[in-house]
Amino acid sequence: MPAVSFQAISKTFATPKGPFAALNQIHLDIQEGEFFGLLGPNGAGKTTLISILAGLARASSGRVLVQGSDVQTDFANARRKLGVVPQELVFDPFFNVRESLRIQSGYFGVKNNDAWIDELLENLGLADKAHANMRQLSGGMKRRVLVAQALVHKPPIIVLDEPTAGVDVELRQTLWHFVARLNKEGHTVLLTTHYLEEAEALCGRIAMLKAGRIVALNRTSDLLQAASGSMLQFKTDTALPPALAMVARVTGRIVQLPANDAAEIESHLAGLRVAGVDVHDMEIRRPDLEDVFLQVMSGTSASNIPLDNIASAAAPGRPKQGVVLSGGSEDTPVPSVGAPL
Amino acid sequence: MTGWQTLFYKEVLRFWKVSFQTVAAPVLTAVLYLLIFGHVLEDHVKVYDSISYTAFLVPGLVMMSVLQNAFANSSSSLIQSKIMGSLVFVLLTPLSHWAWFVAYVGSSMVRGLVVGVGVFVVTFAFARPEFVAPLWILVFAMLGAGLLATLGLIAGLWADKFDQLAAFQNFVVVPMTFLSGVFYSIQSLPPFWQAVSHLNPFFYMIDGFRYGFFGQSDTSPWLSLTIVGVAWLGVSALAVHLLRIGYKIRN
Repeated sequence: MPAVSFQAISKTFATPKGPFAALNQIHLDIQEGEFFGLLGPNGAGKTTLISILAGLARASSGRVLVQGSDVQTDFANARRKLGVVPQELVFDPFFNVRESLRIQSGYFGVKNNDAWIDELLENLGLADKAHANMRQLSGGMKRRVLVAQALVHKPPIIVLDEPTAGVDVELRQTLWHFVARLNKEGHTVLLTTHYLEEAEALCGRIAMLKAGRIVALNRTSDLLQAASGSMLQFKTDTALPPALAMVARVTGRIVQLPANDAAEIESHLAGLRVAGVDVHDMEIRRPDLEDVFLQVMSGTSASNIPLDNIASAAAPGRPKQGVVLSGGSEDTPVPSVGAPL
Repeated sequence: MTGWQTLFYKEVLRFWKVSFQTVAAPVLTAVLYLLIFGHVLEDHVKVYDSISYTAFLVPGLVMMSVLQNAFANSSSSLIQSKIMGSLVFVLLTPLSHWAWFVAYVGSSMVRGLVVGVGVFVVTFAFARPEFVAPLWILVFAMLGAGLLATLGLIAGLWADKFDQLAAFQNFVVVPMTFLSGVFYSIQSLPPFWQAVSHLNPFFYMIDGFRYGFFGQSDTSPWLSLTIVGVAWLGVSALAVHLLRIGYKIRN
C-alpha cells in the first residue's frame, strides 16, 4: 500500500475571471519510506496539492489516501499519520514553545509526551528556548518550532512545504540532518522546495508540477541522466553575442550554455572567440537538477506527453518504465498506454 | 487529555493569560454602569414595587457581561487565529467538528461565567439581590452563555476581517443586550415597544435570569426557557453544520 496516493485529483477555484484549474488530474503514488520531492514554479499547484492531502482544502474531484485512509471520509486516521510543516511562518502568540508542543500533542490524543518533546527540542536546537514565548523567537527559531509541532505525534509521513524558504544555512543543515535521519528510520518524507540542490541531494524521486499538471516524474538519478548533453559554464563581464544570449542562462557574471555534443560546445566557443568575450573559470559539467527543471518548465521536454503516461512513470519497487522527459533523450521510451498507479 | 479537552484547555488558557483584558476589564465596565446608573436612577425608577433599582440592575449587568464576554471569546479567538494563520494547527488535527464545537463553545461559556461571577462578587458590595430560585439563575446563565458563545463561533467563522466582527458585535450584540431590559423592566415601556422587546431573544435570557433572583419577571421563566433553549439548539445546529463543511476555514 502506498504511503500517499493521489488519485485523479483536480482542483478548480472560482475567480472573478472565471474558473481556474489549479490542479488537473493528478495521479501520484508515494511509497512507504520514500524521500519524495515535489518541485514546480510558484503557482504550479504544489501547496494546493499538499493542502488537499492535509485536509486544509478539498479536491474538486478525485481522492487522496494516506496509508489507505481517505483524507475526507476517514480524515481522523489520515491526519494522525501525517505531520505537516506549513509553508507560512505561523505561531500562536499566547504560548511558549513547550506549551505549544504539549497542546499540539494533546490534539492528537498523545499523553505524557515530554520525553519525545525533549528529544525534538534537542534535535532541532530548541532546548534553551523551551520556555520562550513564541513572539520572542526569530524567524528561524519559529520555523524549527513548526517542524517540531508537525512531528510531535510521531507521524509516519512527514510533509514539508518549502521548509527552508528564507532560513539560514545552519537551520537548513540541522533540519536536513534530522529529517534525513527520520527518513532512514522509516518515515516517508514529502518535500516541496525551491532549492533544487536540496531536492537533488535528498530526494530519491521527484515530481515536477507545472500549471497544475505533473510534467515529469521519476527517480532523481534517472531525471539527471535523461537531461540532454552537457552545460558549458563560465564567468564573464562582457556582453554575449545575440545568438548565444538567446540560449544562455545568465546569473550575474555566471553564464551557462546547454550543449548536446562536442560539436555544439565547439560552436559556442567559436561564437565567444569571434565576439571577443572575456571568459574566466570555464568548465563543462553534467546537467544538474536545475537544468532539468528549467528544461521541463520551458516546455522543451515532456509537454507533449499524455498525462496518463506521466502518471505511470517508475516508482520504487516497480519495473522501470522509462524516463519521462520525452524531449531529453533518445533512449527514454515513453509507455504508450499508462495506468494511474 | 483527549483531543477536544486539549482544545478546550488551550482556549481557556488563551483568555486566562490575558485575564486583565478579558476578565478584569469587563468587570470594571459593569461596575461603572452600576455606580453611575444606580446613583442617577435609584430614586427615579421603580421596579416591581419592592425592589431597589440598584438591586434590580445587578442581575441585568451580570447577565449582560456573561453574554457579551461569551460572544467575544469564541469570535475573537477564531478571527485572530484565522488572520494570524495559527488556526492551521487545529485544522491539521484529527479533531472532529463536534470537538471544535464543544471546545470553543465550552471555553467561551467559561469566560462568560467567570466574568459574570466577577461582576456579581464586586457589585455585591453595592446591592444584595435575593436568591429566590438559584436553579433558574444557573440555568439561564448557562443557556445565555452557551447561546452567545455559539453565535460568537458563527461570527468568528463568517468574519474575514476584524471590521466585520466589530460590526456584528456593535450593531447586533450590543444593541440587542442593551434593549433587552438590562437597565429597565419592559413593563415600563409603551405597549408597542413592549411587543418589540418580546421579539428580542436576549430579553428572555435576562428576564429568566432575573426571575431566579426576585421570583418576579416580565414573562414566565418557562416561556423564556423554551425560547432560549430552542434558539440555542437552532444556532448550534447551524454552527456544527458550518464546522462540518469547513465554512471559510477549509477551502
